[in-house]
Amino acid sequence: MLKVENLNVYYGVIQALKGISFYLNQGEVVALIGANGAGKSTTLKTISGIMRPREGSIAFNGEEITSKPAQDIVKLGIVHVPEGRRIFARMTVLENLYMGAFTINDKAQINQDIQEMFERFPRLAERKNQLGGTLSGGEQQMLTIARGLMSHPKLLLLDEPSMGLAPLLVDQIFEIIQTINEQGTSILLVEQNAQMALAVSNRAYVIETGTITIEGDGDDLLKNDSIVRAYLGA
Amino acid sequence: MKKLNKKALRVLLVIGKYARWTVGIALALFLTWRIYQVLFVQQAFTADTWLRFALSGLILGGMYALIAIGYTLVYGIMFMINFAHGEVMMIGAFCCYFVFEALRFIPAPIAGNPDLVFLNAYPILSILIAFLVGMTVSGFSGYFLEKIAYRPLRHAPRLILLITAIGASIFLQNAAMLLFGPQRKNIVNPDILTRTAGWTIQVAGKPVLISYTGAFSLILSALLMIGLYFLVQKTKLGRSMRAVAQDQDSAALMGVDVNKVVSQTFIISGILAGASGVMWGIHMGLVNHITGSLPGIKAFTAAVLGGVGNIPGAMLGGITLGVIESMGPALFGIDFQLKDVIAFLTLIIVLIIRPSGILGEKLTEEKL
Repeated sequence: MLKVENLNVYYGVIQALKGISFYLNQGEVVALIGANGAGKSTTLKTISGIMRPREGSIAFNGEEITSKPAQDIVKLGIVHVPEGRRIFARMTVLENLYMGAFTINDKAQINQDIQEMFERFPRLAERKNQLGGTLSGGEQQMLTIARGLMSHPKLLLLDEPSMGLAPLLVDQIFEIIQTINEQGTSILLVEQNAQMALAVSNRAYVIETGTITIEGDGDDLLKNDSIVRAYLGA
Repeated sequence: MKKLNKKALRVLLVIGKYARWTVGIALALFLTWRIYQVLFVQQAFTADTWLRFALSGLILGGMYALIAIGYTLVYGIMFMINFAHGEVMMIGAFCCYFVFEALRFIPAPIAGNPDLVFLNAYPILSILIAFLVGMTVSGFSGYFLEKIAYRPLRHAPRLILLITAIGASIFLQNAAMLLFGPQRKNIVNPDILTRTAGWTIQVAGKPVLISYTGAFSLILSALLMIGLYFLVQKTKLGRSMRAVAQDQDSAALMGVDVNKVVSQTFIISGILAGASGVMWGIHMGLVNHITGSLPGIKAFTAAVLGGVGNIPGAMLGGITLGVIESMGPALFGIDFQLKDVIAFLTLIIVLIIRPSGILGEKLTEEKL
């Protein structure tokens, strides 16, 4: 479904990604794990079109999307949920959801989707007319995910969905991720919480300073000694 | 003696700590005293004069507000002050002049009046055409201004954009001067909108004229502002504009074409400035290449006064500035030539006491 080959990305003169290649099959949850600054978020930003690679190619369902602008990539069904809960703080919850459905023109469909999101995230329904910036961290994260789902993505790029959340909320977010996946959306997950990420993912890649060092099944990596030492702190 | 000095020093320190408030309260007291003097001691003007001042202030303020919205919209999205915006308004005023002149050349004779021209035969249609042409041309001016002057500099430091805007303003002014000549041109309205015609009401035993052009301008600017507010708050276009203003990357991730939204913003602010220019032409009746420069700076002042980036703020700022400018000289008992000084002094005072403007929020780091 998604095929990334030999991706080289630079911030000015600093090379952030040094020839990253990986793939994702239809229906899979694939995790990218690694330390701060390893290049996980850069990978997602390059796929969604916010950053441009200097070399390499990204193909989605066989179609080359490397040089497409971000707004066209969304229309193909790749939705990037950025890290740090980047909701529109001065818009209401409802308006944020409408923004998520920007590519959809069918009003009835949008309203039906919003009802669905409110059923899945009851807290958002309670606060639908509140400004995004006044929500708590967990609510904002749910809103970011709900906003991302509004355009019916085929592939969801999730960047650090558990960052800065209370343990109970982290569990909840990962449950949501699993439900989304069961309903047919493929997920590329970037996480620092490697334990959780590996538990929900089919396969995983470990990124270190811009290159992929280890790849394998989620369960296998959980048993891998070097991973456990480096990322799980055991 | 020494003890007293220490005490005085401490008092001074406290005053220094609350410098802004001290300045503010001192100013307020001085102004209240001055207004009291003018209103109750000198009694230089009667109620009808005050009403005239207020009316002309409101009319002027409506036009300022329309231009100020353009500054605020563009600032909200690109964090730049589009100093060429006043020139876009000037283009609108010129459109009004040329449309009226052209329609005066088209004969539309009827049985009883063989000399009748199109302008007077179909005055409402003529005015409509003037607005349509003015708003369209100004909208395009805004679009091309962004496309040619600002888009290549999208990722340049903000100071460069600012200098480019000033350059664009000088360019447009001089282009208009070369094309149309430096002398002021008289705009002759259709007969139904003669500037001296209007409703007369009696205030304090004296007649106060509410001119048709003034009432027309005021109502139209109010309607346009309501329309814009609706556009920004309730439509998909408005939502995407607000989204881009808040977070460009996230907006792009929702599928918003950021370049398109920036273009649309410039078109909308151009259209509003154009409408304001046509109103200026109809109400003031004179246009040349510098017509846009002072209203442009005043509207910028109004936008800052209300809180730049804030649309209701720009509206409030525009109206406030118009009224202050018009009533200020009389209220403080100074020369009427000093009305511009009062307008800009208001800005300085507001910036000292409330730097973010009347309705503005505190600017966060990323916006600065």
